[in-house]
Amino acid sequence: MKCMRVCPTQAIRVRGGKARIIEEKCIDCGECITACPHGAIVPLTDPFGELSKFRHTVAIPSPAMYAQFGREILPEKILSGIKKLGFDDAFDLALTCGEVSFAIQEYLREYKGPKPLISNACPAVVRLVQVKYPELIDQIIPIEPPRELAAREVKKKKSNQLKLKEKDIGTFYLTPCPVKMISIKQPAEKGKSYLDGAISISDIYGPLLSALDSTEKGSYRKALENICILGLGWAMDGGICRTLRLKNCLAVSGLADILKVFDDIERGTLRNIDFIEAYSCRQGCVGGSLTVENVYISYNKILKLIETLEYEQIKACPDIREVRKLYNQKYFFIKGKFEPRPLTPLDSDLAKAIKKRKEKEEIYESLPKIDCGACGAPTCITFAEDVVRGEAELADCIFNLPQKFKELSQEFSELINRPDLLSQSKSDSKKTSKKGKAIK
Amino acid sequence: MMMSSEVEFSQKFEITGGDFSSAGRTSTSIKEILKEIGIDSSIIIRASIASYEAEMNVVMYAKRGVLTLNITPEKLRFKLEDEGSGIENIEMAMQEGFSTATDEMREMGFGAGMGLPNIKKNADKFEISSTPGKGTSLDIIFCLDKTGKK
Repeated sequence: MKCMRVCPTQAIRVRGGKARIIEEKCIDCGECITACPHGAIVPLTDPFGELSKFRHTVAIPSPAMYAQFGREILPEKILSGIKKLGFDDAFDLALTCGEVSFAIQEYLREYKGPKPLISNACPAVVRLVQVKYPELIDQIIPIEPPRELAAREVKKKKSNQLKLKEKDIGTFYLTPCPVKMISIKQPAEKGKSYLDGAISISDIYGPLLSALDSTEKGSYRKALENICILGLGWAMDGGICRTLRLKNCLAVSGLADILKVFDDIERGTLRNIDFIEAYSCRQGCVGGSLTVENVYISYNKILKLIETLEYEQIKACPDIREVRKLYNQKYFFIKGKFEPRPLTPLDSDLAKAIKKRKEKEEIYESLPKIDCGACGAPTCITFAEDVVRGEAELADCIFNLPQKFKELSQEFSELINRPDLLSQSKSDSKKTSKKGKAIK
Repeated sequence: MMMSSEVEFSQKFEITGGDFSSAGRTSTSIKEILKEIGIDSSIIIRASIASYEAEMNVVMYAKRGVLTLNITPEKLRFKLEDEGSGIENIEMAMQEGFSTATDEMREMGFGAGMGLPNIKKNADKFEISSTPGKGTSLDIIFCLDKTGKK
């Protein structure tokens, strides 16, 4: 029941004691996974065993991984720790994030269409737009997210270097959330992901901690100087804009707030905003359900690290001229296209759909409107829709139960009053049926 | 020559003047209804803008108002009746940039004088009448059957 209530798109129904997800409505945000007290909804991340399928494996940790450790343990050390866990190599995604930040800046500069543009860093947000805001689909930035771009380039480079086929190079994303796992198996733009799998940060955290102890101590200052500040921005909400120093940006996190802001975009009331960073998890990827550290602490950790780099004026970022050159060669753009996935209307025939909508309203008016959820639908209005669509029955509402009970008992009393069946005790049966009513 | 005109969905929405906290709720509900019925998305965009502007006009300038949504297979119609100060000079109110909004409203980003012109621009048919001191009524129509499109 908890999952059903937290679902931002009302995609869950609990019927026959089991939660069922309506795929068409699901945006893979993972809220239900976090909410379920029984652990009945399990995210699909890959076990370590998957590594053996490849001849060479590369781990690509999300910058949210760095946020777990902050200033105490720097990315360089984390990467060498990860290599000790059975990967042949670990790739610093922050650098690719930096390139993509610059590419977004370029795109913002030359873009002439309706604004604001929306970041595609969070796959749940992309799916939300596809399902709930199809009108905004062209405002999603069509640039590959860093994790995909990195996997694409790693495969290319490694296969050249090692004289292996690209399919023999396994690229594994270390993910802070289940959504990115799903985005690998079923990309929003219908193409194929360059990543071969995802392992949750929480699964790798323990082994990584013990591997960290045995890594050799490098110079802290040198490690600091290798961090791309732009890349760290991708771990937290608002981080891309902050590290790029973009003006006219808006950072939104948490689905409830995103819905409000996207409603405003659709109405055209959000003026003077060029770019929106939106993350379905509060505070951005640091708030992902597959991370270990408390979201506020990891947010603070990554913020402090960014502040340190700002103070020390360390950038270690990709060369912007180089990025511009690649940008002009269409290096950054996604292969496919984001297509809207609007919900199926009540009926494909307009007249029938109007009639059904009317029926839905009439049913809704007859309901108690307290959204108790006992029928297995999250709200009375969704229940009314389910009835109209033929997926539920009016009697599933417990408030319709007394009515049904009444009808049944009437039928029953009529039955026992039938002279051909029970002619001898007419007065008795009347009494009982009266009594039955009185009890109710 | 079907009898489709008998098929009709209508719903009334009450809008309270000065209630900025729930402003926009009516147009959001309307948008949801249009999506469920499967109205063409280009019409939904135009209709959402028009219904939002109409709703905001009540919130900003009137005491209260009722928006009646009416959908048939031929057309989508918003009728808005409000009780309030009405409009002295409709011709002037229809000009882009003209507004009687207070400084506070402008501070909030409203009152750019684009409301009524914006409704007219997006609708297929638009009528306005007003009695100063009493209120204003709007009739906003969008054609749904392809042949009736402007």
